Amino acid sequence: MIRVENLVKTYGSTVACNRLNCRFDAKKVTVILGGSGSGKTTLLRQITGLEKPDSGSVFFDDMDLTRASKKDLYKKRKKMGMLFQGSALFNYLNIFENIAFPLREHTRIAENVIKNIVTMKLEMVGLRGNEHLMPSQLSGGMMKRVGLARAIVMDPKVIFYDEPTSGLDPISTGVIGKLIRDLNVKLDITTVVVSHDIASSFKIADKIIILYFGDIIAQGTVDQIKNSTDERVQQFITGSPEGPIPFTRTDTNYVEALLADTDKSMEKMS
Amino acid sequence: MNLDIAASIGQATIARVQVIGRSGVFLFFAFFLAFRPPYRIFRLIKEIEFVGSKSFLIVFVTALFTGMVLGLQGYHTLTQFGAQALLGSAVALSIIRELGPVLCALMVTGRAGSAIAAEIGIMRITDQFPALEMMAIDPVKYVISPKILAGIISLPLLTAFFDVVGIMGGYLVGVQLLGVNQGAYFGKMITAVTFADIYGGMIKSLCFGLLITWISCFMGFCAKPTTEGVSRATTRAVVVSSVSILVVDYILTSLLL
Repeated sequence: MIRVENLVKTYGSTVACNRLNCRFDAKKVTVILGGSGSGKTTLLRQITGLEKPDSGSVFFDDMDLTRASKKDLYKKRKKMGMLFQGSALFNYLNIFENIAFPLREHTRIAENVIKNIVTMKLEMVGLRGNEHLMPSQLSGGMMKRVGLARAIVMDPKVIFYDEPTSGLDPISTGVIGKLIRDLNVKLDITTVVVSHDIASSFKIADKIIILYFGDIIAQGTVDQIKNSTDERVQQFITGSPEGPIPFTRTDTNYVEALLADTDKSMEKMS
Repeated sequence: MNLDIAASIGQATIARVQVIGRSGVFLFFAFFLAFRPPYRIFRLIKEIEFVGSKSFLIVFVTALFTGMVLGLQGYHTLTQFGAQALLGSAVALSIIRELGPVLCALMVTGRAGSAIAAEIGIMRITDQFPALEMMAIDPVKYVISPKILAGIISLPLLTAFFDVVGIMGGYLVGVQLLGVNQGAYFGKMITAVTFADIYGGMIKSLCFGLLITWISCFMGFCAKPTTEGVSRATTRAVVVSSVSILVVDYILTSLLL
């Protein structure tokens, strides 16, 4: 369904994606896992065409999105849905209008039919009856669910989730995780999730890809990842502070840096 | 040392030129996309309501008091030469040629320009532009183009409204309060004001409408995705728009005279 080949993306001297190769199978849930700054969201933005890579390709239904014209890209995007980390709801529209927005923009469906579709989608995410509320009146979990209803309103073939459970309480996390799995099964949607939440990822994933500073260090089923012998993978899964993944990212020695600063201060004083 | 100074001046100049170039490309695309289907008439009407209708009160108050002050000052100055009868033409020409377009544009900048920059900046912070992109909707066409068109349509209308209210403000003070002859006030005005004056004022207001919405949209669009970034974008939108209005006013006046 989606194939990433030799994808490279850099920001200045930082390599966010280092010749990445992976695929996202149709109708499966693939979770991209990794710590902060590992390049998960960057990879997602390249896959969706929101950013252009420095080199490499992203094939969606055998069309290379990195070389596609805007018109072709938009045609493919009509088959995609995305739930953003902050939900990205339009704050000047209420829940109903937010969800109906893509339908009104891209179709000529009658208003009464749009009303029915929105009600169905809201029922799927458990928010039927709240159509009149504004985004500012919603909790974080509710906003994610409205964002999800909006993402699936056009019946996409692929849905992308950017950190769907970040900042949510355990129950909301469970609800969102169940929704992701249910929608994948009920609607046969190819699902790509970017997350750093190990527990919920293991529950919903058919396949897991683990990123570490722009490199894929492991990919496979949940069991394959659990049984990985890579120390970095094990440290990430267990959340251990000890291991090959450093807590600090500075290259300089802490004691040397402190002593250098002290020397400079002494020189100024003398 | 001198080389460092020259280098930093050079870098700053290049950065400024790049920003001007980007803003030009931004305007080009906003215009280009505005005239390509699908046409979003309701979006345009909504923006005209925001930029135009909602500015009516502030424009009314500003115009009324500007006209009243002009009536007062004009009367006392013209009395020294025994030329009170010219009050109507003095008030009308000042307002139609200069004060109407400029003050109206400055008021709209303060009210709508800052709000436009803040709205677009917040849309950036909250990922609403990528969300539009993911829904296969061009954010520039959907958000920016209607705002710029609304500015171009609204400002001349608001300026015409300002001119009428300003002249009536001058009438209230000059004729009703200070006793200038009503016939002289309007008669001299009609003979003094030519179509070129009105046309010039409208040309100015059209340019100001474009400037305000273009600069405000661009500042919001380029805002850093932080709360501080949005606040800076809002301030810059107002400051740059206001200064640009005064500079462009001088250029247009010199061209139109």
